[in-house]
Amino acid sequence: MVRFVNLTLAGITSGAVFAAVALALVLIWRATRIVNFAQGGMLMFTTFLAWSVIDHGGSYWLALGTALASGLVLGAVLERVVVRPVESKPPLNAVIVTLGLYVLLQAAAGMIWGDTPHSYPPAFTIRGLSVAGERLLLSPFDLFVIGAVAAVMVALTLLFVRTDLGLRLRAAAFAPEIARLQGVRVGRMLTLGWALAALVGSLAGVLVAPSVFVGPAQFDAMLVFGFTAAVIGGLDSPAGAVVGGLLLGCALSYVSGYVSSDLVTFGALAALITVLMVRPNGLFAASAGRRV
Amino acid sequence: MTAVTALAAAASGCGGDGGDDSSSAPGVTATTVTIGSHQPLTGPAAPGYSANSAASKAFFDYVNANGGVHGRKIVYKYVDDAYNPTQTVGVVQKLVLQDKVFAIFNGLGTPTHSKVVDYLNAQRVPDLFVASGCGCWDEPGKHPHTFGWQVDYIREGKILGDHVKKAFPGKKVAYFSQNDDFGQDGVKGLDKYIPKDQVVSRQTYQPGNTDVGAQVQAIAQAKADVVVLFSIPTYTALFRLAALKLNYKPTFVVSNVGSDPITLTGLLESFAKQGGAQVKGNPLIQGMVTDGYLSATGDTGNSWTALFRKIHGQYIPKLPFNNNVVYGMSVAYTFVQALQAAGANPTRAGVVQALEKSRFGGPGLVPFAYSKDSHAGYTGARIGTIKGDLIAPEGQPLTTDDGDGPIQPYTAPQPQAPANGIPPAG
Amino acid sequence: MDVRRPLGALRSPLRSPLLRPTLVRHSAAALAALLALYVLTTSAAPYRNLEIAHAAYLTCAVAGLTVLTGLGGQISLGHGAFMAVGAYTAALVIAHWGWPLAAVLAAAAGVTALAGVVVGAVAARLEGPYLAGATLAFAVGLPGLANYEHLSGVLGGQNGLTVAPPVPPARLGETFPLERWQAWISCLGAVLTLFLLANLTSGRFGRTLRASRDDEIAAALSGVRVARLRIAATVVSAACAGLGGGLLAVVATLAAPGAFPLTLSLQLIAAVIIGGLGSLAGAVWGALILVYVPTWASDAASSSGLSHNVASNLPLAIYGLVLIAVTLAFPRGLQGGLRDVGGAAARRVRSRARTSRARDDTPGLPATHPGGADEASTDDAGARPDDGGDGAGGRGERLRR
Repeated sequence: MVRFVNLTLAGITSGAVFAAVALALVLIWRATRIVNFAQGGMLMFTTFLAWSVIDHGGSYWLALGTALASGLVLGAVLERVVVRPVESKPPLNAVIVTLGLYVLLQAAAGMIWGDTPHSYPPAFTIRGLSVAGERLLLSPFDLFVIGAVAAVMVALTLLFVRTDLGLRLRAAAFAPEIARLQGVRVGRMLTLGWALAALVGSLAGVLVAPSVFVGPAQFDAMLVFGFTAAVIGGLDSPAGAVVGGLLLGCALSYVSGYVSSDLVTFGALAALITVLMVRPNGLFAASAGRRV
Repeated sequence: MTAVTALAAAASGCGGDGGDDSSSAPGVTATTVTIGSHQPLTGPAAPGYSANSAASKAFFDYVNANGGVHGRKIVYKYVDDAYNPTQTVGVVQKLVLQDKVFAIFNGLGTPTHSKVVDYLNAQRVPDLFVASGCGCWDEPGKHPHTFGWQVDYIREGKILGDHVKKAFPGKKVAYFSQNDDFGQDGVKGLDKYIPKDQVVSRQTYQPGNTDVGAQVQAIAQAKADVVVLFSIPTYTALFRLAALKLNYKPTFVVSNVGSDPITLTGLLESFAKQGGAQVKGNPLIQGMVTDGYLSATGDTGNSWTALFRKIHGQYIPKLPFNNNVVYGMSVAYTFVQALQAAGANPTRAGVVQALEKSRFGGPGLVPFAYSKDSHAGYTGARIGTIKGDLIAPEGQPLTTDDGDGPIQPYTAPQPQAPANGIPPAG
Repeated sequence: MDVRRPLGALRSPLRSPLLRPTLVRHSAAALAALLALYVLTTSAAPYRNLEIAHAAYLTCAVAGLTVLTGLGGQISLGHGAFMAVGAYTAALVIAHWGWPLAAVLAAAAGVTALAGVVVGAVAARLEGPYLAGATLAFAVGLPGLANYEHLSGVLGGQNGLTVAPPVPPARLGETFPLERWQAWISCLGAVLTLFLLANLTSGRFGRTLRASRDDEIAAALSGVRVARLRIAATVVSAACAGLGGGLLAVVATLAAPGAFPLTLSLQLIAAVIIGGLGSLAGAVWGALILVYVPTWASDAASSSGLSHNVASNLPLAIYGLVLIAVTLAFPRGLQGGLRDVGGAAARRVRSRARTSRARDDTPGLPATHPGGADEASTDDAGARPDDGGDGAGGRGERLRR
């Protein structure tokens, strides 16, 4: 029983980070209909910037702020400079451009900071909480991670549903022509969409950094599992991203604990296919009908 | 079609190599000896390993700046293979066919290098000092041109297993090992000494999957008193963090590859600050038992460490001075020894023969196994414990074989580094 | 060339397949390519031959993928896993049964085609990013199976399998270089793949595939069984990747999990786009870029005298830049860019002498590419850059997601 509880807790914690990466992917998908393969590279880069702040004696929170701010800027700049020219092109071109960006960011980080992974501090202790004399695989820092991701999801939902800006963002993404006629500056909204997504991604990077270390290739799995989570949840749904992330995190933890740690990636494939066979557009698909 | 054939003949004519018996072996000119290597400079295996080749290069640069070997400078071409065997094959074939290197030196990794061993031996290219502790490099009958260098994982497993058996009699033991030949061979060696009923949990991990919570929890639940890790540094650190989370405090026994105190301290420093402890070195790794076959990075009184630290400061000051740097320079030293021994006009066959006859004393604590019948590298290691940020040795260095042979103490002292840092000729 | 007309999709071929001009043209192109490759391989140094061999087996996989993605409209980020299936099949067959090479490669393609049936059945239900996600998980998940303890005995675990190199036939002489033999095998596989795919896609299969991509409902209404067609496209595509994987096993003499990372799958799709989506000639360009750009970049880096960190990562950086730059500069791929240039030249010639209406456009090989298909340049943004055999340009070509 303790084992099951611990595997579940470990799954929820890693799932929360998958959810954050998935949220970033969902935001960009909603804004520009692009699957952003550069996300893994972007969050790696911003986390390195945060690490540099800490390395130079800055506090955890200053580093976090640096990561978030640089995420905002990086997202906006990349959208303007590199992604904008392919937004009107076939979607696969955008896929390749984001792939190229990912490779480029990884190389740049390797050039600047080297390949040796670095330690990244957690905001709170990682010593597990004790319940009835049993240490759990759940620490105050894990609670912080889960709380931060939940807060981001709530904030995003409020932004999209309750604010004028959110309405304009949604309009620009779903009906750009009509939005333009209504006076929405569509281009600016798309840039903002990317910036927001990169912000969420950079948060995910800082949250996961203590448990995977900071290095050019350390976040590769984050992108794969984040994307898997987003697909499971349905790419149009922020709530789906979070649910998808948690489900995937738990599924992988159970596979690792009960079957074999060699089969974790295969477990991700199995989980994804199972969901997609039942719901081809993810768990939280807006309409089950086939769009033609 | 005649024209085509003529063209082909012309092209293949330019491609012919010098042959092994002439004094000018491929890759050897009057002023240079060119050697090549495949290394994971990027990608998932780069962390930790990409420094090896830079350190070897630094040592060669130092030798070149001090007159070279028999008047020749060593040109070291190391190429990225991203730890992808297909790329390894491409890179090595390019080095052999196009760059015409004299030898392949310190190619890194079992899954990668095992795919070029047949090729290199068919081409009779010396394949020196493979950077992997797989026992598979020691097959002089099948692969006469291939030589191992570092102590192989079975020998290392035997030595660690013997220590665990003697130091922790009757205690519960658990294994945490990488799911490839590194972990499997290590476990093979451990199992030769640690009684089966003492081992309460055997967990493996897949590199790339950083979530090891499930494995650590299984080991903690089995209440193992001693955990033996055949893991790379990142996973030693991940295991340590998960154990911290579970407040699980076993004795750690870690293979040489995964125990470099400098690297581990780097990976764990943020967590040590949290503990608030003010001891020298990282509190999370204090008391870890490990083994080593080279000079320790923190051993300031050691002549080899001093030499390597000097070269490090001169050529690659930006890289951290850790076990990988010592490793890279030590293996480069052995290569220079081999090249010196091969004489003024080295040939490919000559360097192989020189190695088989060699009695090199070098940066290592124990001798090599090199002979006509064995191409295995270092024959053993010495147990040590991490104290502060260095490894405090315990007892004599130990040597053994990769079969069922006994473990014996090796009593000869480690030779001193030559004053100018360059191995003497002959 | 009635296949080029939009209505061609609804017309059944009346002439005997043997007399179809496309078949004749493709055969001629294939022969010309083989001849050119013969000259090239016999005159090249051993390492050049190996590079050609690497490019050739990648061409197989990229060409298969361009049919699936370009003509079928189905993205796959998992073709590296198909290559793994082919490579492991070849490695196991060679090690355990010692079949002749042709049979080994046929087995590699066949077994992978079977895997394609399974994947195709799943993929036929999925679209857009969901398909991308599923195939990505396939690429990541499948090679990991080799490590699973119950399979690692057969598949060699993390170390994988070493394959005995092929032996050149004795009648070629004792000194015949192995590298040239490997290049020949690989090139023959690539040319055969391109030849078969060119004929397949210029026939009914290709027309219905394009039709179902462009308008699924219309295609279904005109009697196309869309799901079955998509599965068939996946199977064809998988077989090509499987052959590519089998050739990889023969050329690189290995099959190992590390040889089929996610990067490989992503490189294949990148090659498809960079070469020119849906164009078989583009597949060749894409494969050439995959082989030669990293080599050049690595040479440049090693001779640059830069610091260790910069030099190590420079090839990666150059590769990323090439991906971005080529995609931005040639939105329809290198082949599309060439066609634009060729088309402009052809228009100039034609405006001077409006005589012949004969437009030649081969979906075959670069050697036989006269740069026709000027109508392709009228595709505007959002239209699908297409293969040479396709004349449906313009209408209804919006990619549906």
